[in-house]
Amino acid sequence: MIPEIGHFALILALCVALVQGILPIYGAAVGNAALMSLAKPAARLQFLLILTAFGCLAYAFADKDFSVLYVASTSNSQLPLHYRLAAIWGAHEGSLLLWTFILTLWMFAVTLFSAHLPEATRSRILGVMGLVSVGFLLFMLTVSNPFERLIPAAPDGRDLNPLLQDPGMVIHPPMLYMGYVGFSVAFAFAIAALLGGNLDAAWARWSRPWTTVAWCFLTVGIAMGSGWAYYELGWGGGWFWDPVENASFMPWLAGTALVHSLAVTDKRGGFKVWTVLLAIMAFSLSLLGTFLVRSGVLTSVHAFATDPKRGLFILAFLAIVIGGSLALYAWRAPKVGLGGSFAMLSREGMLLANNVLLVAAMGSVLLGTLYPLFLDALDLGKISVGPPYFDSVFVPLMVPALFLMGIGPLAQWKKANLPDLAKRLKWAFGVSVVSALTLPIVLGNWTPLLSLGLLLAVWIVTTAVVSLRERLTHVTGNSLMERLASVPRSYWGMLVAHCGIAVFIVGVTMVKGFESEKDVRMNVGETASIGDYTFRFDGTQDVMGPNYTAARGTFRVSYDGSETTVLYPEKRRYPVQNQIMTEAAIDPGLLRDLYVSLGEPLDDGAWSVRLYHKPFIDWIWGGCFIMALGGALAISDRRYRIAWHKQEPAVPAPTRAARRKVA
Amino acid sequence: MNRFLLPLSIFVVVVGFLAVGLKLNPREIPSPLVGKAAPDFSQPQLYDREKVFSPADMKGKVWLLNFWASWCSGCKTEHPVLMELARSGEVPIYGMDYKDQPDEAMTWLRQWGNPYSIIGTDDVGRVGINFGVYGVPETYVIDKQGVIRYKQIGPLNPDAVSQKIIPLVKQLESQ
Amino acid sequence: MKWIILIVLCVSGPAWAGEARPLADDPAAEARLKHLAVELRCLVCQNQTLADSNAPLAEDLRREVREMIAKNMSDKEIIEFLVSRYGDFVLYRPPLKATTTLLWVGPFVLLTIGATALVITLRRRAHKVVEVAVSEEEHRKVEQLMAEGGKRS
Repeated sequence: MIPEIGHFALILALCVALVQGILPIYGAAVGNAALMSLAKPAARLQFLLILTAFGCLAYAFADKDFSVLYVASTSNSQLPLHYRLAAIWGAHEGSLLLWTFILTLWMFAVTLFSAHLPEATRSRILGVMGLVSVGFLLFMLTVSNPFERLIPAAPDGRDLNPLLQDPGMVIHPPMLYMGYVGFSVAFAFAIAALLGGNLDAAWARWSRPWTTVAWCFLTVGIAMGSGWAYYELGWGGGWFWDPVENASFMPWLAGTALVHSLAVTDKRGGFKVWTVLLAIMAFSLSLLGTFLVRSGVLTSVHAFATDPKRGLFILAFLAIVIGGSLALYAWRAPKVGLGGSFAMLSREGMLLANNVLLVAAMGSVLLGTLYPLFLDALDLGKISVGPPYFDSVFVPLMVPALFLMGIGPLAQWKKANLPDLAKRLKWAFGVSVVSALTLPIVLGNWTPLLSLGLLLAVWIVTTAVVSLRERLTHVTGNSLMERLASVPRSYWGMLVAHCGIAVFIVGVTMVKGFESEKDVRMNVGETASIGDYTFRFDGTQDVMGPNYTAARGTFRVSYDGSETTVLYPEKRRYPVQNQIMTEAAIDPGLLRDLYVSLGEPLDDGAWSVRLYHKPFIDWIWGGCFIMALGGALAISDRRYRIAWHKQEPAVPAPTRAARRKVA
Repeated sequence: MNRFLLPLSIFVVVVGFLAVGLKLNPREIPSPLVGKAAPDFSQPQLYDREKVFSPADMKGKVWLLNFWASWCSGCKTEHPVLMELARSGEVPIYGMDYKDQPDEAMTWLRQWGNPYSIIGTDDVGRVGINFGVYGVPETYVIDKQGVIRYKQIGPLNPDAVSQKIIPLVKQLESQ
Repeated sequence: MKWIILIVLCVSGPAWAGEARPLADDPAAEARLKHLAVELRCLVCQNQTLADSNAPLAEDLRREVREMIAKNMSDKEIIEFLVSRYGDFVLYRPPLKATTTLLWVGPFVLLTIGATALVITLRRRAHKVVEVAVSEEEHRKVEQLMAEGGKRS
């Protein structure tokens, strides 16, 4: 009964989405207030309906209702409750429901925080989101229904893929989807502005916080996915440039470009047509990712079970949504004005140069990801494009972008002065060069890449310090604390996010430069040393998990003769799918991770064991979280809070103007 | 041209490729060996390990080389097709028992029938690697000069036999 | 006294336990294998390197490569061996050929086009845009709209 309610809720949601997608947009076009006013309640109702459907599916999983095909194929009675709930998005159908649920969640958020928007704009935004939702609901109801019954019911489920039975699975997909789908808001804003012909600075101002929030979620989502791959796959790597990873990275690159380009449009009113194109691109790439994961056109370690019918549906949907938007763009963009002027050498100019680099990087990832498909479709042979390719084209594109990242925040708006910039930056540059040359030698391994990485990281941090110091001399306040506090949060956000990049670079550089690994054959009581740490193998014992059996190894780790930690890597067997999983044990640390994974049992209690010493690896993910934190700081800036609180008394104009100068 | 049409045009091209891509199988890897001489080997025969099986003995004949194993489920699927082809006598089929236990292979053949003229054994999979086999079953059509003319990846089906293999064999034999 | 020695022995376990042997007989060869294998694709897997895969074919191919290393073959010869059997598909670093030219130069062409377009647009724009207070004007409009919207809803 409950699954039928869920199914029915989906059908009702489709009806509501159709109403929401058609009437308010039509109303906005003809100026009918009654039709426009439908948007808000329709969006809220749709949210409630999808929430109901989501709740019904969750209930079916919690209740172990194996008469539901999806539940039977992705869970098992032995599977612990938290993984049964995470199994909701463990495969194709349920993850689509999560997608749609998050879309309506963003819609709901738009209805809450759009009091300051003109009615016509709000109707169009919600209408566009409603239309996107129509596509996904139709997709679910026609070829991917998560509530489909299995008659007769299965006695037990086929279980969730053991790879997915991990805390990472509980949190990574929702985060990632919050990011992907979050770009639909900026997209809907852009389409609404194109439809209404009111693509002005107000549009950029409104889109900015939404884009930043989505970008933060996407950043965290990608970082968690990579962290999960690091400890779950047992190869000690976190990023493989796999098509599905690329599918999440491309919207991130476009989104990052968008965040910066929105700053130019907001500040100078310029480059609106470009910014709008980026908004369309960011969301289009999210949709493309959905297609790549589910259609089977590319082979990936992460791909869902595929079905050509589904591929065709998403492709048609993709063609309508993206093709329609780009056609609208081609039609409306030529009529958009130019905005204020600025010189090539200015903060605006640099933000745009950064845009060019980010978009070129995004284009390269797209090219590399789809190139095997292009060649195959033209019958020119099969090739593989993997990490060596992406590393060699991505690094040269990113280096200038990162270098500009140091200069940009110090350049004046409108027109900067090169000799002046050089003078202000010479200390930062000197410190960066010296540390890039000496640090690797001190650490005992000099390679050009190591130096380059450290150069960029130190450059970003030192230029941030210069920028902050200059900023502090311009704000009023007596004590340092007072002056620090009067620096706007959006500025802090920018600094923090940029330093996050620096932390990330340090992580990548140090791991590549100094990691070590060892494959050893260990008998009980034997030791192996790696990176000044000694591991002693104390044998394995059999343990029973809730739905698996495992051999658990005990490794005592000592440093300088004293024991620092004990690690318990496992080799698990999940009987339902008869899969063997390697569960690595990691001792994380600020300066290094120690990583042990069990290979195969050899004779007389010995095991093949893989040991890694990975310096600074956690900085990679730490850097991503710091970036997201920067984004969060930026949107907590008071100008957004003012915009969102409609009840707040109007601030007298002079104060506002003053505040704007600071911002 | 309106430069604002550029994004749309790029997108249309990409969608075209994606549509074609839906019909392709990204996991099927064409063999660079087609058109080249079949790699040489001399492997012990399944039913008589004293005797060897070598492509050198096949000179002047058009023949099929089928890599299979008793543990392979695709081989079970394709087996009736091979039996039918063997019965028709259109082309001799030679087998290569790939990474298998000889007794299990023989049991399997006793149960399902033996379509092969001779069966060689490739215990460690080295012949397979030389032929670029990446998943059994795979079938090669080899001409009178010992050149590989066609490679079937995955199980043979009646369509592939009647539309590709037999016409090709006939053509090669007339040469 | 005796039990103190015993404790010392237990605590400093590593002192009397043996040093584990490397898994490979020849760690140098193994390092070379790894160096090669991370750029090679496992053919039967979804998308994994030869180094990471546990598929039987990947194990066989690693064994072949080990033997070739033992025979002192160069990296180029080893890669040639694999490509002649499985095609360019095994290479994660696609070789530069007529069909892959666009792949390799594409990123830099994109960058050049982007940079040129930016410079041209900015130049042309500088001529077209007269110094106006458009942006200030628009900012005022934003504030106004926000205030109005607030009142209306």
